[in-house]
Amino acid sequence: MVAWRWTKAVVLFLVDYIFGDDWTVAALIALGLLAAWRLEEAGAAAWWLLPPVVLAANVQSLRRAVRNGG
Amino acid sequence: MNWGVFISTFLAASIEVIEMVAIVVAVGVTRSWRAARVGAAGGLLVLVVTVAALGAALEGLSLETLRLVVGALLLAFGSQWYRKGILIVSRDGWATGVGDEDVDDDVPEGFDWTGAFLSFKGVALEGLEVAVIVVAFGAAADAIGSAIVGAAASLVVIGALGAATYRYVAAIPRRALQLFVGAMLITFGTFWAGEGLRVDWPGGDFALVWLGALYVAAAVGLMRIVSGWRRDVAVREQGDAASAAGAA
Repeated sequence: MVAWRWTKAVVLFLVDYIFGDDWTVAALIALGLLAAWRLEEAGAAAWWLLPPVVLAANVQSLRRAVRNGG
Repeated sequence: MNWGVFISTFLAASIEVIEMVAIVVAVGVTRSWRAARVGAAGGLLVLVVTVAALGAALEGLSLETLRLVVGALLLAFGSQWYRKGILIVSRDGWATGVGDEDVDDDVPEGFDWTGAFLSFKGVALEGLEVAVIVVAFGAAADAIGSAIVGAAASLVVIGALGAATYRYVAAIPRRALQLFVGAMLITFGTFWAGEGLRVDWPGGDFALVWLGALYVAAAVGLMRIVSGWRRDVAVREQGDAASAAGAA
């Protein structure tokens, strides 16, 4: 029972830590990392991709937050 | 003492130790010093056990997966603070939160596991990188003792600088601090995740500086854009309210 409570608490903590109030940001960042990995595997430079993806993920989230009264 | 190995290790380790201290100080100032200390102690404990278990085999250790995981986690969490900082500072101004104790609403009354986790990751990952540097530099010149002293000196000097300057960081208004720490976390997150994917950053470790500048500049620009969006929303709501009143 104690192990179950601890496991549940750890999972909930990680979900909140990673996704927070907007899961789309984590999802877009994961897609960006995947795309960067594919670029590197193909022998192309990928350094330019990550910063715009991170910013774009945050901008779309900010836009939605303002629409929702944030 | 092999002074060449000492100085090389000191300088190489300093880059990693700066990153380590920056994260621990950021967690301490913005969330909880207790959580920052517990996380750092936990990271050091894991580090000592790992180094003791692996020993010289550390030189061949691949840190790429660890960098990718830690970087991705920092990107996810840092983005939350980055956005909250932009939303609140663009609405209430830079000075908001002066005199507040807490930066974020989600810092719990009890122990702050999130802060401890952040601090733990920073210390464990950067400490492991320092250990790899020590083994690589020390083994190459057969002067492991000088390499250990060089890394320890780096930890003492940078740690003392962090302890001496954290009060200045703490004086920054809380919400602006949340924005800057968010920018710092996504800077480290982008850099480490990229390193984990074997991305070749222009400028090497200097990429941390230009990435940080990029994210802070973007935040300043985004605050203006968010203010514009808010005005648009307010105008639209006023128009809707006027239409509804006219229809009535």
